[in-house]
Amino acid sequence: MTDSHPPKTPTRRQLLTRIGTLAGSAALYQAMTTMGHAQGTDFTAPPVLSGARRGTRVLVLGAGLAGMLSAYELRKAGYAVQVLEFQGRSGGRNISLRGGDTVTELGGAVQKVGFASGNYINPGPWRIPYHHQGLLHYCREFGVELEPFVELNHNSWLHSSTAFDGKPVRYREFSSDFTGFTTELLGKAIDQHKLDDVVDADEREHLRTAMEQWGGLDPDLTYRKGDTSSQRRGYTRPQGGGIDGAPIPSDPFARRDVLRSGLWTWMAFHERLEMQTTMFQPVGGMDMIGKGFNRQVHDLITLNCKVTSIQQDEHGVRVMYDDMNHGGVARQAQAEYCVCTIPLSILSQMDVQVSAPLKAAIMAVPYASSVKMGMEFRRRFWEEDDQIYGGISFTDQPISQISYPSHGYFSRGPAVLLGGYMFGPAAFDFAGMTPQARLEQALAQGEVLHPGTYRKEFSNGVSLAWSRVPWALGCCSMWSEQARKTHYKTLCTMDNRIVLAGEHASYVGCWQEGAILSALDAVTQLHKRAQGAS
Amino acid sequence: MRRIICLSTLLALPLLAPSGTAHADSASAFEGTVQPMATGEDVYHHVCQGCHMPDGRGAVGASARFPALAGNARLQVSAYPIYVIMNGYGGMPWFSEMLTDQQIAGVVGYIRTHFGNNYTDPVTPADVTPQRPAIPPKEIY
Repeated sequence: MTDSHPPKTPTRRQLLTRIGTLAGSAALYQAMTTMGHAQGTDFTAPPVLSGARRGTRVLVLGAGLAGMLSAYELRKAGYAVQVLEFQGRSGGRNISLRGGDTVTELGGAVQKVGFASGNYINPGPWRIPYHHQGLLHYCREFGVELEPFVELNHNSWLHSSTAFDGKPVRYREFSSDFTGFTTELLGKAIDQHKLDDVVDADEREHLRTAMEQWGGLDPDLTYRKGDTSSQRRGYTRPQGGGIDGAPIPSDPFARRDVLRSGLWTWMAFHERLEMQTTMFQPVGGMDMIGKGFNRQVHDLITLNCKVTSIQQDEHGVRVMYDDMNHGGVARQAQAEYCVCTIPLSILSQMDVQVSAPLKAAIMAVPYASSVKMGMEFRRRFWEEDDQIYGGISFTDQPISQISYPSHGYFSRGPAVLLGGYMFGPAAFDFAGMTPQARLEQALAQGEVLHPGTYRKEFSNGVSLAWSRVPWALGCCSMWSEQARKTHYKTLCTMDNRIVLAGEHASYVGCWQEGAILSALDAVTQLHKRAQGAS
Repeated sequence: MRRIICLSTLLALPLLAPSGTAHADSASAFEGTVQPMATGEDVYHHVCQGCHMPDGRGAVGASARFPALAGNARLQVSAYPIYVIMNGYGGMPWFSEMLTDQQIAGVVGYIRTHFGNNYTDPVTPADVTPQRPAIPPKEIY
């Protein structure tokens, strides 16, 4: 090759081929993602549906995100859409609680939210990964303003009841020490020629350098007290100015304690694709998304309609519902097609005329239990005393985590944090408590992470136990591997004139993105079916 | 054998380390810790009453309900509640992962002799073990 010509910029395909050859498919995927070919979820663009036959009616059951998006896209395509919603509000599980709101749960407990004006908790979805492009697309289209959600905070607390004398440690201290000690061990293994049979000399040299620099080790490949480690884990006496400005390095924890604590679990947590930065939240509360969707389709929605049965034949769909706006009088709605977004926990107990395989699929997906605690404190002690701005502290106590607000930093006055977020066993346990008992537990456990201030600064709180929500009977779908194999495709496939949608009909279960992607697939199927019908 | 070891660990420690099970938004992504549950009554209080309610009367939601255990004739034969707890039913999750045979026997015995029920024939782990599914359900994401 001569250099008489300036090097030509390679075409995208040439570049990708080269990357694939040199670095393998993982890097190729990485590069393609960067160049816009692949996405985290499979959303690329909304479906372009048009040309619906005039007067073709579609009934949408449920005004959560899946229902409202279905209504939006189907009306755009030319259908006559009507939405029936059980609650006196739209939004479904997209919800925020503010001062003055009332939470009435199954079993009869009533909580009145006492938050100060402007404060809120998102008791359902609360964060949006950057790669949930379907949801983000519609947020943009519907004018929902987003701000960063802080997921990882190096100054938050990690707590294990059985390690470090049961005292919380800073994320940065722990992660520095964990990385330092593990890289030191690997470095030593290299220097002691323990890896010679699997790593050649050249690679060993690279690995050695990487361990030293990535792990924060001294040149002798030891992780020890000093400037290098303190530049990561922090100093005992921080760097200052003036005569006495010299910092004092901090002591790393004992390696044995670091490895035995299990706290590395929380480092791995943030590495999951769904938890990686950047994450977002709507400005002013998660329900700003529901409100944004509602602005588009509110004229199609009838609230307070309790659907009791769904029937279909060769001509159309007939839905019976109790009109709670008029004393629960039984009414009937008819349409040519139906998009049903009712959670399977409810739908599985209703009279629904679908094929036997779809009935079996509706019965095959249980709903997880989850509980969230919104707690208001008189001041932002986590910021003022602890320099924690957003992010999450983790604990092995039942509350599992405390998440600090990702907005309103440095403001004075009361603020709301997430004082517990439970799934699994702890969620069953908390759901079975009275709201007062949940708060008492959350206070006692939170006090361990913020001793001396948590209880003292507490003002009021609210809990939402999703299994006690009358219109959900659970938090979200739980798919087993067997159920996915046997029932997933059936659940998602249009059954004559009825198609299901919601997070349960997706591989992004329990996320709003699942509701979006499922709705887009459902309306696409419905449109195809309607176009084919003569 | 492995199960016995797990059970003794469960009883010995006040709290277990996080199970490490991730859940989708999961949001918590990590399941909270398990309370020690030595008796059927413990299991009922810490697991069942969240839905079936402390008085065993269940609850009625939107066109759906949590069935009452009080006065429920389906509890006559212990095999039925054992099956449902092990495998789940409709919206109710399976508990084969979370509960031991001893705990399931305990809680089945408890619900069959409380809330006005009086089915006194004993329920033992030996009644439960054969109902453990060969391939237990496992959540995937």
